[in-house]
Parts: sequence; structure tokens; C-alpha cells
Amino acid sequence: MALFNNHLGNRAARYTRNTIIVVLLLLFALATLFPIYFMVMSSFGDPVEAGAISYSIWPGKFSFESYKFFFKFSEYSYRWLLNSLIVATVVMVSNVIFATMAGYAFGKINFKGRKVLFAVLLAAMMIPYQVTQVPLYILIVNIFEIQNTYQALILPSLVTVYNIFLAKQFMSSIPNEILESAKVEGASQFKILTKIIMPLSKTVMAVMAILTFMENWNTFFWPFLVTNTMDMQTIQVGLKNFRFANTTYFAPMMAGATISAVPMFILFFSLQRYFLEGVTVGAVKG
Amino acid sequence: MMARASNIKNRLNKGDGAWAYGFIAIALVVYALFTAYPVISALLISFQEYRPLGSSFNGIDNYASIFKSELFGKALWNTLVYTVLTVPVALILSFGVAIMIMPLKKWAQTTFKAIYYLPAVASGVALSVVWLWIYDPMPGGILNQLIGLLGIENQNWLGSSSTSMFSLVLMSWLSSHGTSIIIYVAALLGIDESYYEAAEIDGATFWQKMWHIVIPCLKPTTLFLLVTGVIGSFQVFQNAYLMTGGGPDHSTTMVGLLIFDTAFKYFEFGKAAAQSLILALIIGIIAFIQFKFLGKDVEY
Repeated sequence: MALFNNHLGNRAARYTRNTIIVVLLLLFALATLFPIYFMVMSSFGDPVEAGAISYSIWPGKFSFESYKFFFKFSEYSYRWLLNSLIVATVVMVSNVIFATMAGYAFGKINFKGRKVLFAVLLAAMMIPYQVTQVPLYILIVNIFEIQNTYQALILPSLVTVYNIFLAKQFMSSIPNEILESAKVEGASQFKILTKIIMPLSKTVMAVMAILTFMENWNTFFWPFLVTNTMDMQTIQVGLKNFRFANTTYFAPMMAGATISAVPMFILFFSLQRYFLEGVTVGAVKG
Repeated sequence: MMARASNIKNRLNKGDGAWAYGFIAIALVVYALFTAYPVISALLISFQEYRPLGSSFNGIDNYASIFKSELFGKALWNTLVYTVLTVPVALILSFGVAIMIMPLKKWAQTTFKAIYYLPAVASGVALSVVWLWIYDPMPGGILNQLIGLLGIENQNWLGSSSTSMFSLVLMSWLSSHGTSIIIYVAALLGIDESYYEAAEIDGATFWQKMWHIVIPCLKPTTLFLLVTGVIGSFQVFQNAYLMTGGGPDHSTTMVGLLIFDTAFKYFEFGKAAAQSLILALIIGIIAFIQFKFLGKDVEY
């Protein structure tokens, strides 16, 4: 990068500069990672009440007793993980399918009302979610009467405007000539979507899938509002219940937090590229 | 020729409209049901005293009671304080980190970006549980141990109204700035090399290049992050809800949390809807002002 004068100055000065930079970056990394390190490390402690222990930032014991303690809290604790998995997976799949379809239509097909409809959709991104929260709750609980079901957890996020926007942005860059020549050869729109658009949009579809899955695995308030029995709760709601029922059990709480976070860590490290790419797909105008 | 070409095009595009409507049908239904309807409904409910069976209109009572209540003003003030303390710091931190990352090798850049992003993949509930223990008010609490080394006495971090807001702010400073860092790095890579070359011919120093090239070139990115950051911050309430519940003495009650409590603790849906619409209006005004005053010479 030419912002830094790499060819100017002597080698020692450059070396010193880079060392200072790396040290600063590492310090910031340390501060950022500390809560996660503290969480995982402490989760291997014994499930005793907090008064009896003093926290250490160095690893001491290594036992899985606190994990057992967490799972013993409720007979549904495994079910929480399963519920989170079911909800996040269904929402992920439906978002990828429907947002891809809608993104293609808005990005590449000329139809009446396209601009107006898309503007109406985008306007939704400006509205704080507090506005829709109460009426949505009334709709699901009082009108549809589907509280405490998978439908209640899944339906409102079936396809999000953000994902449609992401898909449209990405697909706008696909050259029209490809689509036109496919049409000349008599391909239907459905065929164009599945045989041309989708293979070319693998990246954005993967980004959507991952970010949507993560968001729905981590979401707390909606499941908290619309579930009222332990068997329908997700891991985040379960963790919150556990916390309030066992306010003094330090290590088991950390074990619970670790359990809720580890699946996302694994996903992140195996698909890191898509996570990091996903951030810029929607944000930076090329 | 032209006419024939457009004729062919028309023939080829025949029936596309139907396909397009088919492709967006489900998205539109979901949008109508779970976004458009709730917004309109919020507007109606805000003028009602909501009851599950038969609500009654009560004019502007909900709005009037909000402007009369001190709590709403306090919540607004808290939200403002939180925003002013968190958003600019987040911007400066991520800008600084992005600049420092630039001279590193590609693999080191990726590693640092991944590290800074990592906390964002952990759930808010999990992180709030961890921070709750970091803020343990006992002398053995992690943060109290740390400030003890500096000779500062024990603090009741979340339990005292003088430190509770700062505790939430500190948590935000040390949580993930990964998204903004990545966006800044991408924008930095997008700056045309020739600017730097021209500047170097003129003998510009690092700081001069920073001031005359980098900062102006990154203005659209900064504006984007500022606006989204402020909008996000005005809606924030998960950490306050999970860690302090808005207390003590409402010192951490933000507007988002107040709306939540009004709706789901006191079940005053009408009032909550009115509060949420006022919040939406405030956010709209702030976003508008930011674009108006900072976006003058920004091109999109």
C-alpha cells in the first residue's frame, strides 16, 4: 500500500513501525477476545456456587461437570438446541430460495411496478423493529393464535428485505447479454433462474445462508416473546432461563453460554471467507 | 433495424412480467403480512386503548401521556448518551485498526479481521452472561481485580447508577468492531493508487496523505457507518434488558427497553405503539440531518 511509505526510510525504521503496529493490533485483539476466552476457560470449572470460588483468568481445572449441570437443569435442554437448529435451518433455506427469486426479478426482469415495489420494500429497512414488534406479537398470538409453535418462530422471518436487497445488488452485476442469449435459445425464466442465475450467484447465496442462519440461531427476543413452555424454547431463551434460575452458579452459566456460542464458532471458522465477504457485499458500493 | 431489434426483444420478453410476479409473490405476501400490516396496525393501535377483545379509540391520550412522563425523557436522554459515547468511539477504533492493518501481509490481515469479527458470531445472551461475571461487584470480580492493580477501589459496576451506563458503554467498546473494520479495509483498498503516487511526488508525508486523501476518500464509508451506527444504537436494548433490566433507578433505561417494558411488562400496547412511532420519527430526523449536513459532497 502506498499510503505507507514502504520504499522510503531505512529498514530499521520500517521494522520498528511494523512492530509497534502489530503490538497495538494484538493488544486490541486481546481485549476483544478476552470475554470469549474467559467464557470457554471458566466453563470447565466445577459447578459450585460463586461465593466459594474466586475467578481466575488462568485455566485451572478441566472438567465437564458444569456442562452436565447445565443439561440437567431442564429435561428439554437438548431440545433447545434442536429447536434452534430447526428454526435457523428452515429460515435459512426459505430465505435463500425466496430472496434469490425475488432478487432476480427485481434485478433483471422488467415488469410493471418494479421500481415502486422495490422502493416500498426498501422503506421497511428504515423502520425500527420496535414499531412492528407489538402488532406482530398481536398478529401471531391473538389473531393467528399460533403462539408456542414453530410457525410462530419461523413465519415472520421467512424472507427478509435485507436478503432480497443483497441478492438484487449482486445479480445486477450479471451481464444482460448472457440472459438474452439464453432467451434467444428459448430458455424459460425458470430455467434462466435455475441454470444461469443461481450458479453465478453461489457466493451471495452462501453469504445469505450463513448470515441468516447465524442471526436466527442467536436471536433472543422474538422466541422469548412467543414461546411459553420449555419444550418450544430455543437455546438462547433456555440460556436466559437458566441464568435467572441459577444466579450464583458461575461455571455452569459459562458452560451454557459456551454451548450456545460454539456451533457459531465452528461455522465461522469453517466458512470464514463467506462471513468476512458477507459484510462487504451489501455495504460497499463498488 | 432499430424497430426490428426492439420487436424481437419485445417478443423475447413476452410473459416475463408474469414470471416476475411469480418470483416475488411469496416475498410480497411475507412483507405485507409481517411488515406492512404491522406498521399500519401500529399507527392505529397508537390511538387506541388496546384490549384483546374490542379496543377503543382514545384520541391522542397515548401520545399526551408520553410527553407528560418523565421516564420517556429520561430514556431518550440515556439513549442519546449511550449513542454519543459508543458510535464515535467505534468509528475511530475501527478506522484506526483498518489503517494499521493495511501494511500487513494478506494472511495477517485476514487473521486480524477474523479475530475482530469473532465476538459478533456469539449470541448476545451468551456475551451478556459473560460480562455479568466480568462486572461481578465482589472484590474478586475480574474487572475489580484489574482496577485493583491500578489502585482504584472496588466498584459496583452494574448495581450503582453512577457506573451502570458506563459499564454498558465499555462493553460496547470491547465488543466486535469487525464489521466496520472490514468495511473500512475494503474502502481503503478501493482508493486509487495514483492519488498516493501524485502526493509522493509532491513529497507528502504519511499524515498529509491521511488528511488530504484517505479521510476525504473514506467520507462516504464513514457516513454510512455513522448513520447505520446511530440508527442501530437508538434501537439498542438487549444488553440493558439482560444485564441491568434498565436499572438501577432507570439509569440504563433506553427508549427501546422502555417500549419493550410498556408492551410486555405492563401490556399497554397502545402506549408502546405510540412510543415506537415517536422513536421511528426521531431516528428518521437524525438520519435526515446526518445526510443533509455530512452528505453534501458525498457522491453515491
